[in-house]
Amino acid sequence: MYPASFQVFIPASLEEALELLAKYGEEAKVLAGGHSLIPLMRLRLAKPKYVIYLGKVPGLSYIREENGTIRIGAMTTHGEIAASSLLKARNPLLSETASRIGDLQVRNMGTIGGSIAHADPAADYPAALQALEAQLVVRSVEGERVVGIDDFILGPYLTDLQPNELIVEVRVPSLTGAFGTAYEKLNFRAGDFAIVGVAALVQLSPDGSKFEKVRVGLTGVSDKPVRARGVEEALEGAEAGEEAIAEAAEKAKEGLNPPSDIRASSEYRLEMTVALTRRALEKALARARDKVA
Amino acid sequence: MEGDGGGLIEVTMRVNGREVKARVPPRMLLVHFLRDVLGLTGTHVGCDTSNCGACTVIMNGKAVKSCTVYVFMADGADILTVEGLSEDGKLHPIQEAFWDNHGLQCGFCTPGMVMTLYDFLGRNPDPTEEEVREAIEGNLCRCTGYVNIVRSALDAAQRMKGGGGG
Amino acid sequence: MAGERRYIGRRIKRKEDLRLLTGRGLYVDDIHLPGMVYAAFLRSAYAHARIKSIDTSRAEKLPGVLGVFTGEYFKDKVAPLMTAWALTNADLKPIKWPVVAYEKTRFTGDIVAVVVAEDPYTAYDALEAIEVEYEPLPVVVDVEEAVKPGAPQIHDEAPGNVAFHWKFRGGRDFEEVAAEADLVVKKRLINQRLIPAAMEPRAAVASYNPGTEELTVWVTSQNPHVHRLIMAGSLGIPEHKLRVIAPDVGGGFGSKIQVYPGEVIVARLAMDLGRPVKWVETRRENFLGTIHGRDHVDYVEVAAKKTGEVLGVRVRTLANMGAYLGTAAPGVPTILFGLMLAGPYKIKSVDVEVKGVLTNTTPVDAYRGAGRPEATYILERMLDVLARRLGMDPADVRRVNMIEEAPYEAVTGLLYDSGKYREVFEKALKLAEYYRWREVQSEERKRGRLIGVGIASYIEMSGLAPSRIARATGFGLGLWESVLIRVHPTGKVSVYTGSHPHGQGEETSFAQIVADALGVSIDDVEVVHGDTEQTPFGMGTYGSRTTPVGGSAVYKAAVRIREKARKIAAALLEAREEDIEFSEGRFYVKGSPEKSVTFQDVALAAYTAEKLPPDLEPGLEAVVFYDPENFTFPYGTHVAVVEVDPATFKVKILKYLAVDDAGVIINPLLAEGQVHGGVVQGIAQALYEYAVYDESGNLLTAGFNDYMIPTALDVPDVESHFVETPAPHNPIGAKGIGETGTIAATPAVVNAVLDALAHLGVEHIDMPLTPYNIWKALKESGVLAKLGKGR
Repeated sequence: MYPASFQVFIPASLEEALELLAKYGEEAKVLAGGHSLIPLMRLRLAKPKYVIYLGKVPGLSYIREENGTIRIGAMTTHGEIAASSLLKARNPLLSETASRIGDLQVRNMGTIGGSIAHADPAADYPAALQALEAQLVVRSVEGERVVGIDDFILGPYLTDLQPNELIVEVRVPSLTGAFGTAYEKLNFRAGDFAIVGVAALVQLSPDGSKFEKVRVGLTGVSDKPVRARGVEEALEGAEAGEEAIAEAAEKAKEGLNPPSDIRASSEYRLEMTVALTRRALEKALARARDKVA
Repeated sequence: MEGDGGGLIEVTMRVNGREVKARVPPRMLLVHFLRDVLGLTGTHVGCDTSNCGACTVIMNGKAVKSCTVYVFMADGADILTVEGLSEDGKLHPIQEAFWDNHGLQCGFCTPGMVMTLYDFLGRNPDPTEEEVREAIEGNLCRCTGYVNIVRSALDAAQRMKGGGGG
Repeated sequence: MAGERRYIGRRIKRKEDLRLLTGRGLYVDDIHLPGMVYAAFLRSAYAHARIKSIDTSRAEKLPGVLGVFTGEYFKDKVAPLMTAWALTNADLKPIKWPVVAYEKTRFTGDIVAVVVAEDPYTAYDALEAIEVEYEPLPVVVDVEEAVKPGAPQIHDEAPGNVAFHWKFRGGRDFEEVAAEADLVVKKRLINQRLIPAAMEPRAAVASYNPGTEELTVWVTSQNPHVHRLIMAGSLGIPEHKLRVIAPDVGGGFGSKIQVYPGEVIVARLAMDLGRPVKWVETRRENFLGTIHGRDHVDYVEVAAKKTGEVLGVRVRTLANMGAYLGTAAPGVPTILFGLMLAGPYKIKSVDVEVKGVLTNTTPVDAYRGAGRPEATYILERMLDVLARRLGMDPADVRRVNMIEEAPYEAVTGLLYDSGKYREVFEKALKLAEYYRWREVQSEERKRGRLIGVGIASYIEMSGLAPSRIARATGFGLGLWESVLIRVHPTGKVSVYTGSHPHGQGEETSFAQIVADALGVSIDDVEVVHGDTEQTPFGMGTYGSRTTPVGGSAVYKAAVRIREKARKIAAALLEAREEDIEFSEGRFYVKGSPEKSVTFQDVALAAYTAEKLPPDLEPGLEAVVFYDPENFTFPYGTHVAVVEVDPATFKVKILKYLAVDDAGVIINPLLAEGQVHGGVVQGIAQALYEYAVYDESGNLLTAGFNDYMIPTALDVPDVESHFVETPAPHNPIGAKGIGETGTIAATPAVVNAVLDALAHLGVEHIDMPLTPYNIWKALKESGVLAKLGKGR
């Protein structure tokens, strides 16, 4: 199909981009890798008057570690995140999740900032970002603010981002000690969005006997990505083991009201949330135990 | 192109080694530029939803779906299409492997498949069957059941290791 | 087949591949003509509505728009399309499909207005500027609803929405055999609606020359001559003034047999506007406006003995035809379905009634296999259900019933041509290690793994087929195939076939046949297809007919040329014709091989013409129209091994093996490719694909994002084996291999999945077996609770 007409601005600096947003933000769409926006424009489901393209803005694509935090530029692609040796060592949850997004071509173009701003309720990243309690750095001509992922995504395709604002950076922790992570995604066909996606982070006590910290992020099962706090609370401080996981995983469905659609019912998604939570935690536990030895 | 509000944008890029300059409307997609402006019709359009991969080309070394890239996004880029893959009339090893292993039937998905594998095999010279299947999950084929495409890709990897070009 | 085989039977790589691999193929969308303009179609916003008014004024004013055309414009210029398979003795109603809807729309693919613009972007801008006022009418999408009294009426010509009612009885009366049976198994089986979705969208380019009054149409077609015949009629122009060219076609699977409104519209507009007009469907249009496949509700009864012996099969089918009857549509759920309900089995009674039901959905027509997969699914599924009820191994139930070998006259009256049915069955089980997998299954079940093994045996009537039978069923033309072989003075050979390969590879396999028959190099043979101006009238490519019918025509024509060449060689060698032998491309005198001429020498002599025998005309070419005396009957057995995830119910295929007898295999490389692709399309029906409409008639799966065509990661490697029993009645012995995989794979995989769940007491789940559908069935039958939390 053929997109409707629009006017494009191609800023050469972040400052210029922010000024354009301040001026046109209400009627403009920000274009990064294009893999959320362009498909909508092709079907004419999105017909922005202005498009602000970030491809020529320098300095928005990086992955670096500073003081225990990993900072990821908003224009970093899924492919770069999946392949990053820094992330594979210090935050493998994010790289594993990135490797499960779409397909090779999508990962070559799609960006983390674009994906978060689009806020598809079945997107992969948000599950991991929830489990990692990620922080987003948001800029506008008025300044910069840092907002937690939980406060940022408000609903389906709805975020806290103001029309004059831009996501510039994603911050996740650099993990140390006896940690293990896993992303479990159920889709009926490869490459599709998740029916249910579960991201798990497990931090064990140094001797590996107890769950010190547990984080579980869910996608596809609510109007926005959520944490399975009931599971986390049930496990934290408990003896590390598969039995505890099996019991706690049942709590993953607490408070959820997943959508029903032509692929699957709400009830199925609820049951799968439990099953996948269990699998993700088991896998994360096994990986954490490898680090204890 | 008439009926465009935004005025034309000047772009410069290298396509199959040749410099190309053009003025295009902002909304023109790269796939239409390649096909309708440059006449490179080997790159195909198979869907409206960025699913099928028939339009895959190499942009700055990476496989991209050219139906999901505006021409202005390719400004300054180096583009390789299926027409630019063989050199001096000699087929690329991926093309040879597809030919020998009957990796194509109707041929419509083939250029996209080949370009995706060009990116993938460049980064993964010794893949497993599962890895090949993962690499082409964004390229749909309705004829081959993927069986001979996967065999072609594995064969191509061996040929490329043997210094057969690339 | 007589003659030396240097090419036939060998894995020859394809002649067509070089252009396709280098991006130099020519598909319809690649055609660019000077002055060409672009058409785009506005399709109905409602599945059933009266069109009250259409305001095109805003669209017409957009710069670059040449015009906007509605049903009013076309209704007197273009005749509506009608089916070409006017089924006899079935009370078939004359359903008319206007190329652009006027007064009424009947599904969301109906075209309401056409925009022509200087470029496609502008054309789609203009579509958005058209304002249509509709009066929505009640909608029916479901066949069981559509036949109820009071259901919305879709066509005045078809009261109760029944477009045809077809009945067939073969052998003994069903009630009679049921009385002798120990049990009668009944099931309501759904064969869900599928969408062919060839990778190349449909497209047409039309160009009119007012000087010669010739119209040329490039169109994505599996049968360009049929396209020309029907389009000439609809447009009201002489057939010889219309040239139809189907260049490289990017897959069809039946969906490019039909003549659709799109190509007729652009043809008319090219004549009216004096500019070449191009239309390429969007993928969404492809899902809405191009035919769908399958979509049966089958009420099945199988009468059997305790031994597993099946006595009779009774089937009552509601076949969803959609909003109109497509080009071949009425024959699909009747002739191609009902006559196959005996399968490769010694069944004594077949009783089938089919109602073709109209609904507010996309028309349903021939999709790969076309009727035969639906029949095979019924038999193979019911045999497994019967096996469960009797506590028998599914393999043993098939052994009890299977025909030993053919020729065999089936209860349906069909004469199965040749084959060793039992032997092929046992071979498949052995190669697939069926009994080892049974052991693995029971071992792993103890560990909580759900492994299943499924079998499907099938027979297919293909090589469509004898004209006398086709005509008797109401088919609009004969079902022969044609070829013109022209040997040029240098001995190079052009083969102009009436078939239309679009991925199957006959540019290569036909060249193999000719090269062997004439003793020339395959490099010296060029197969030309797709252009009605170049090729003799041909019926096209579908129904696995191209090799058995088209290939046989090619062979007969090549032999005719060789025999004329022998006469010329005799004159050149000054010997008697009966003393001339032919080997490795040389004619020589028996007993003195040094006295010889090459085929090339003879070709030149045919055109220099001074040494021809007095009764021989110059030139060296032959035209053959070959009409087979019977269908061909490929058959075989496929085995699938699957594992079902006990938590998510996602299915993984661990092994897939096919043993097929398609007669003589011309090129195993290509034949295997057909099996691979067919099997994966069959797996797609079993596990992934289904077209879903909401109650308002909106297609909810109108793109690749929602309709689950499997990716490479979703399907297994496929192991293909052949047994070759030559077809006895055609000269090359081939039976056709295009659809076997699709026919066998669906029941093989469904049987395997249900086998994995059989110990839980699950007998049947309707397709596709997505994780959710399996979960839902288990939940509803209370089985889920049995699996427990331990899974």
